[in-house]
Amino acid sequence: MKFIETLINGLSMGSTYAMIALGYTMVYGIAKMLNFAHGDVIMVGGYMIFVTMASLGNPILGLLAAVVFCVALGVTIEKIAYKPLRGASPLAVLITAIGVSYLLQSTAQIIFGSAPKMVNVADLGNVKFAGLTVPVYILVTLGCSMVIMLVLSVFVKYTKTGRAMIAVSEDKGAAQLMGINVNKIIMITFAIGSALAAFAGFFMLMKSPSLNNTLGAMPGIKAFTAAVIGGIGSIPGAMLGGMLMGVVEAISLTIPAIAPYTDAIEFLILIVILLVRPTGILGKKRREKV
Amino acid sequence: MALLEVNNLEVRYGVITALKGISFEVKEGEIVTLIGANGAGKTTTMQSIIGLIPSQSGSVIYDGHDITKMPCHKIVHLGMSQVPEGRRVFQELTVYENLVMGGYSIKNNANFKEDVDKIYERFPRLAERKNQIAGTLSGGEQQMLAMGRAMMSHPKLLMLDEPSMGLSPLLVDEVFEIIKDFNKEGTTVLLVEQNAGKSLAISDRAYVLENGQIVLSGTGKELMSSEEVKKAYLGG
Ligand SMILES: Nc1ncnc2c1ncn2[C@@H]1O[C@H](COP(=O)(O)OP(=O)(O)O)[C@@H](O)[C@H]1O
Ligand SMILES: [Mg+2]
Repeated sequence: MKFIETLINGLSMGSTYAMIALGYTMVYGIAKMLNFAHGDVIMVGGYMIFVTMASLGNPILGLLAAVVFCVALGVTIEKIAYKPLRGASPLAVLITAIGVSYLLQSTAQIIFGSAPKMVNVADLGNVKFAGLTVPVYILVTLGCSMVIMLVLSVFVKYTKTGRAMIAVSEDKGAAQLMGINVNKIIMITFAIGSALAAFAGFFMLMKSPSLNNTLGAMPGIKAFTAAVIGGIGSIPGAMLGGMLMGVVEAISLTIPAIAPYTDAIEFLILIVILLVRPTGILGKKRREKV
Repeated sequence: MALLEVNNLEVRYGVITALKGISFEVKEGEIVTLIGANGAGKTTTMQSIIGLIPSQSGSVIYDGHDITKMPCHKIVHLGMSQVPEGRRVFQELTVYENLVMGGYSIKNNANFKEDVDKIYERFPRLAERKNQIAGTLSGGEQQMLAMGRAMMSHPKLLMLDEPSMGLSPLLVDEVFEIIKDFNKEGTTVLLVEQNAGKSLAISDRAYVLENGQIVLSGTGKELMSSEEVKKAYLGG
């Protein structure tokens, strides 16, 4: 029983990682860049939830405000910081992204100070079923993420824009020959990734109410690791990698002997998987063309 | 008036000048071929006309629009379509989804189903494999798919970059037949080939490209009987 509870908790944590990992992997797949500032968008979303709840008291409005603000932020960052660097060396883009990350963290610190804010999103209590006791927020997280991932998968597979995203990630030049506006697709990708980051921020605050300007840093790195484990650029890969990460973390945290080394264990798994499969579990080799 | 007019087009890759100011035109309804050896600048010409790579000087006029500096996706919306060198079908998408992408530039296409059916009719092999992932098709099938995909947007000007490359002789004949059919149905064609014999035979006019310069031009027949062309491109 205890193990099943741990597993459910792990899947819930994993689905939060998956939300974040999707942002990394879609941006990587389509814009061919590592958006190092992605984790910090989660943090900004967290502060939007904090501000909205402090003034309006409603967590759902908080989530909505976070989604809207993060989408606007993600699209703006792309337009101002990354778009001018299209075609520049990957190193220049990476350094810019790191700069954006620090800019977001510092701005949050200037506005909100360095002391953590407490954001009690909602006290949902526990639910008992089939001999299990599970906090409701875990089920909410799991349920919402599953729905979001399903919607995203259907969107990518069956809509014109979704297919255009696959086309751009595979061959930018050929995509342009179809009449696809690559810049527009990249913008949409940033918007989707940022919206998912806002959801992830909401889930994280439900789990633990403490909010400061580095909220997104560690989860961002872990979710990026999850994206690489799953195969960077692959949407199902990010979902799988995120879930795997969450389950490993949850199990590791319940074993006292290894619990303190949980982070290290997760990164170790990345190294082992990359040694066996350099492209990640679901990743493919890709060629680059004009 | 010409449908496509290329004036003194110059393209450089860093220090390499790939096109040294070339000029040519394609009139409505024609099949025009650029022949040239490997590295002559054929692909550069095709990609720079359609806006995939920038030009340094010169101009490209298409259907009355100056498209010299226009981004590729906008040029495609003006009714230009290209089967790129190496086919470049979307490997991860199915045959059907590749055709959907081909029709991307037509907004809310009410005749979409008819368009797809017409491609399937023209390429029965594609109909049989419509739900197959394009990456698993044979080279010939991928070429058919690339051509079908390019026709989904009802182009006024269809450009094909070495469509016969890597195909069996039988398939090569089929490809040239299809190009002729497309042209008969009203599509203007700009073709790039190393296979000079077959392409000149179906061309109204042709240009010979050498080291980024046009060195010869004439009707398909004239070039086929030209001594220089025979020596350099038709194996004696
Ligand atoms: N991306 C590139 N960078 C540098 N040089 C290039 C590039 N693409 C083509 N070239 C050079 O430009 C010239 C023309 O190439 P290309 O247009 O591909 O010729 P063709 O299609 O006739 O074989 C060649 O000398 C080739 O090496
Ligand atoms: Mg070529």
